Order: sequence, then C-alpha cells, then structure tokens
Amino acid sequence: MSTTTLPPGEKTRPASAPGRRAGISDRSRAERKLGWMLAGPAFAVMLLVTAYPILQAVYDSLFDFRLTDPDNKSFTGLSNYGVILTDRIWWTSLGVTLLITVVTVAVELVLGFALALVMMKALSAIRPVIRAAILIPYAVITVVSAFAWQYAFSLDSGFVNSWLGWLPGISADTDWFGGTWKSLFVVCIAEIWKTTPFISLLLLAGLAQVPEVLQEAAKVDGATWWQRMRRVTIPNMKAAIMVALLFRSLDAFRVFDSIFIMTGGANNTETVSFLAYRQTIARLEIGLGSAVSVLLFVCVVLICALFIKGFKVDLASARGEG
Amino acid sequence: MSTTRPRRRVLRAVLGAAVAAGALTACSSGSAGPPSLTWYINPDSGGQAEIAKRCTDAAQGRYTIRTALLPRESSEQRQQLVRRLAANDSSIDIMSLDPPYIPEFAEAGFLAPIPQDMAGRVSDGVVDSALKGATWRDELVTVPFWANTQLLWYRKSVAEAAGLDMTKPVTWDQIIQAAKSQNKQLGVQGIRAEALTVWVNALVASAGGSIIENSDATRPQDVRLGLETPAGAEAAKVIREVADAGVGGPALSTAGEDANVNAFEGPDAGFMVNWPFVWPRAQSGVEGGTLDAAVPQDYGWAPYPRVTADQESHPPYGGINLGVGAFSAHKDLALAATECIVSPENQAYYFVSNGNPAAKESVYTDPEVVKEFPMAPVILESLRLAVPRPQTPYYSEVSEGLQREYHPPSSVDPQRTGREATDLITAVLQKKELL
Repeated sequence: MSTTTLPPGEKTRPASAPGRRAGISDRSRAERKLGWMLAGPAFAVMLLVTAYPILQAVYDSLFDFRLTDPDNKSFTGLSNYGVILTDRIWWTSLGVTLLITVVTVAVELVLGFALALVMMKALSAIRPVIRAAILIPYAVITVVSAFAWQYAFSLDSGFVNSWLGWLPGISADTDWFGGTWKSLFVVCIAEIWKTTPFISLLLLAGLAQVPEVLQEAAKVDGATWWQRMRRVTIPNMKAAIMVALLFRSLDAFRVFDSIFIMTGGANNTETVSFLAYRQTIARLEIGLGSAVSVLLFVCVVLICALFIKGFKVDLASARGEG
Repeated sequence: MSTTRPRRRVLRAVLGAAVAAGALTACSSGSAGPPSLTWYINPDSGGQAEIAKRCTDAAQGRYTIRTALLPRESSEQRQQLVRRLAANDSSIDIMSLDPPYIPEFAEAGFLAPIPQDMAGRVSDGVVDSALKGATWRDELVTVPFWANTQLLWYRKSVAEAAGLDMTKPVTWDQIIQAAKSQNKQLGVQGIRAEALTVWVNALVASAGGSIIENSDATRPQDVRLGLETPAGAEAAKVIREVADAGVGGPALSTAGEDANVNAFEGPDAGFMVNWPFVWPRAQSGVEGGTLDAAVPQDYGWAPYPRVTADQESHPPYGGINLGVGAFSAHKDLALAATECIVSPENQAYYFVSNGNPAAKESVYTDPEVVKEFPMAPVILESLRLAVPRPQTPYYSEVSEGLQREYHPPSSVDPQRTGREATDLITAVLQKKELL
C-alpha cells in the first residue's frame, strides 16, 4: 500500500448515494426537510443576488447598448461574442490572467502549506500570535495592499530599488511598471503576499483532520518525516488541498484590483476582468462589456468543472463530513 | 459550537440593518429649511468647499450648497457621474466637469440648458479656450469656472548653461538637445493615462493638426481622425525623440504630472511641461521645510514649446466647468448658484488659494493673483493659444485608444503609430474591437 487513509465509515456515505435511495427512512426525510427549511432562505437570497445579475448580463450581452444612448439599443444576437473572440486583446488578456492564476496559486500552495505546518506545530503559547500575524495580510483590503506594493516599487516613493540594488538587473533606475514581465512580477508578489494566508488557513483545517493514529502508526513503523508527509499527511488532506486550490484559482482568475492600481493595464498587463471593466464602465458599452463578463463567468465555470470532475474534488468532505 | 452564537449574530445583523435603514431615511429627509443643492466636486485643496460656503451665505436663505467629493482621476469622476445620471439621479444639482467629457454629457441630455441671458453673463470676459471647452454644438452647455493650461517649466541654471534663450519661443528639439547636453531630465507625462492624451493632443495641435477632423459627427462610425497626417507624424516624432534621447528619466513610461513635479524638485531637473500647480506646490514645500528655498528660485516658466519653429504652439487646455444636472429638482436655483460660484472674486480666491487659474481674463490683473503667481501673464497668454482635447461624445474611446497606441513612448513610430491608432479607434467606434 502506498498511501494510508482511513476507510470511509458507513455513515459518511452521502445520503444520495446509489443503493440508499430506495430505503429512505422517515427520519432522514424529515432531516432533509429541515435541511431545506434551514438553507432555503439563504438559497433564495443567493439566487436573488447572484442568479439575477448573471441572467441580466447574459440578456444584455445580446444587445448593442450604450449607457448614454439607451434609445438606440438594438438586438445584435451573438455578434458581441464574435467581436470579443476574434480580438487579439481578449486572448492576450486571457493569457495574462491564466499566467497570474497558475503562478500565484502554485507559489501560494507551497508557501501556504509551510505556514500551515508552522501554525500547526507552533508552541501553544505563541500559536494565537502566529496565527494572527499570518492572517494580517488577508485582512488588508486588496486596493490598499495594491497601493502599498505600488508605492514600494515605484521610482519616486519606492524603497525596493535601493534595498535590492545589489542584485543583478536591479538598479536605482529600474522602472518596475515599465515592462510587461516586471509589472506582472510585482502584481504576482502582491497577490501572493495577500492571499497566502487564505490558503494556509484552509490547509490548516485539512492538517487538523489527519488522524493522529495514522501518524503514530507510521512513526512506530520507522517512517521518516518526509515519508509521513508524503504517504500519510498529504493523502489524508487531499480534499482540503483541492478545495483550497479551487477557491484560490477562482479568486486569482478574477484578479482586478492590483492591475487597476499598479499598471492600469499598461504594457499588456490587462486581465479579463479588467477588460470587462474597461468595456462596461469606461466605454459604457453595456452589451459588449456584459459579453466579456459572461465569457469570464464561463471561464470560471470551466475551472470549477475541471477541478470537481477532473480532480474529483468532493466539496462535502472538505467540510469535515468525510 | 454553542447555539447562542448564531442567534446573537442574527440579532446583530438585524440591528445593523435597522441602523443603516435609519441612517438612510435620515439622509433623504430634511425637508425643512431652504433647498439644499449638492455640488459634486473634484478633489482640490478645499477651495470649492469654501466657495460653496460663501455662496450659501450670499444666497441669504434661498438655498444652501453642500459638496460631495468625486474620485481623484477625471476618468473616474466621469464614470461616477455618468452612472448616476443614466439612472436619472436627482441629487446631482451642480457638478464640476472636466471639459473633454462635456460633449458626452450634453449629447446624452445630462445637462440642464443654460438660459440665453445667463449664458451671456457667464461667458463675458472668459478666455477663448475656456469658452470653447464649455460649448457644444455652438451652445454654452456649462459655466466656465477655472481654466488650466500647461507651461514649459525650466531650471534657469540649466537653460543658461545650455545657452538657451528662454525669452524667445523654444521648440521641442531645442529643449531635448539642451536637456541632453546638460545631462538633465525633460519631464513629460508618458504614463498610460489621460495625461498622455493631453500631451499627444497638444503636440498634434501645435504641429497644425487636430486629432478629430469633424467633431460635429453625430454617429460614432462617421468620426474622422487626423493622426495619419503630417501633423500627426510630427507629433509622434517628438514623442519618440524624447524617448530616444533618454531625457525623459527612468520613469518616462509611468510618470504622470505628480511624478514629474517630484522629479522637477530633484537634482536632475532641467525642463518640464506641466500645469501651474507646480508653483504653489514648491512654495508649500519650502514652507513645510521639505524643499530648499533655492530650488523654486531657480524655476523659470515660458509658453509651451513649439513643434516647428515657425508655428505658434497650442498648449493643453484643462480646468473645470460647472454643469447643472438635468434631473435636479432645483435647476433654477442650481443655475443661480453656479453664477455665484464663478464670480470674479471667487475665481480670484480659487486661483490664489488653490492654484487653479481663473477662466475670466480680468482676474489675471488682480494684484493679489499677480503677487502670488508671478507667471499669471504667461498663463493667460498660454490660455489664449490653448486648444481643447477632441470634442466628441465618444471622447473616452478616442482617449483610451490613443493611450493604447502611444504608450510606451519608446514604441511610438512616426510612420506607423498614427495609422495604427486611427485603425484601432475607428474599429472601436464601429464596435468591431475591444478597448
């Protein structure tokens, strides 16, 4: 056996699993009803605040509609989508967005895992302090953090150039926002600094779920720290890792604030949500902008589907039901 | 988890909502007393709030003026106002508008018409460029408040060392060479923002062209651009030369007006094109002890540089004009209030206290103005030559399209960029491309 996980108990199997449906008891039916009654209001509110705008955007995306010229609104079918998908800037924006997503999520996963281990293993006396310290960046508003990083790297107010001037390629005159790669580097750093705590918090929850008995058994068998990590810890928290990755990927794909503050989309640093902003808010082309937003939504759904179907993420198990 | 906690949280949420609702109703009521006019202002050094107070006092109970602050960037000010006005927001009585967006507002029916007799009064003695900026389709649609223009700022020591006679008009070529020979910087706004459009427009106009050749086009697809012209090529050449000569400083492609001023106060400063706020900023820097008093003494100012030696320059025009909201419940009072706001006394006050030059020519001979702003005559001279940015209801598309093609300055190619910008802006206006 290469990995060690506890067999799922009978009670953990989802109620809707095949074989159980026929013999559904009165009690579980009542439980299900109670569940709907408890979750129903929240579900209705969710529908109201998310489904309605999404449907409205889909509807608007079929029109040629300028906010300052509502009288000339006209139905154009899917032509807005044609315009977007044949435009070079859509594909460069998508590329930039995917790049930011992959880089930040990968780095955050490694860093977040390390931080989660630190939080897990820290002496109980200093644990609350460490947790709070790690969480501070996540509590900072994204716009504020974007400004902080911009000021740190900018030429007139920044200190980075003078601190890191000894590194090759960095001098007092390095303009970090003057090129695509340099700008994206700063954007990625800002994103990583800001959201690593989120991932580490989710991973900490996963770490706490790894049964201590398995760790002890492995220790007794003479497994090294690295073997225990690979064979016991990580397989047992796969669900938590996947959920952390999924949430962060969706978040990272919608990156907006940092780009807006730091580069304003200059030097090909535009992301998909920035493109949607530019069409809808700056150009006031509600139709075209809605179409970009709908495509952004489709991308998010695809990422979600990829994780859930492709990597078999069970969202329920991450809540500690598994 | 204990069961009391969620219940307490629900209670807290309900209480929060109740408090918020109470605050909202408190805001909307208040019918007692004179009508309260809301003036949406751009951020400044407190001058507009003070003028609002003065006009409230002068109204003797007919109305009161309350100010509401808009975002810092003019493009964001426009976004907020347009969104509100598209929803027929009746709370917008008076708004401080950046001139390039005025045609869009006028065309969309967001501005209350200005009566003929009042239009005559508020345009009397107003400098020509400000009048043009406040007008759309030969009709005064906004009230000129203050008028801005860029000057050529220079360090006297650097110009002298380079042997440049600043009493005569200078060209871009001359100041690029002078900065290069002295190893000093020439501050320009190369950032991908509205400031870049300001620069491009001034260069094209100074070369004898205009970015939009038929500003009366009603349909976006009919807009004809003037970038693929000799004037357009001349303008692109200047931008490229600044980049190639290396005089723009390390932050050329990210520097806006503020970054330029910071650099101009530093040791590498040579020349800079910028708005007059440079002067009060240096004065307050000296007062605050952050700037050596010798630095502003070295400041010189001259009219905007020429593109060709034999052609007068056309400096940028900016500033703020006042529009009255078309959905305001008190349009007549709001119009009366704008007349009070733009009185020569208030314009002089605003000039002296906030460094924002007046739209009325008479203010420039006010002794206090001349004392505080020794360059006031040059500002007035510059305003007489200044040209507004392209006047079109589709200004935002034109400006952002320009910014995309003319940024970074080092990528500008006199042969190519004009054509590419024309293609992009045309396609965007025809809704065939994204912006």
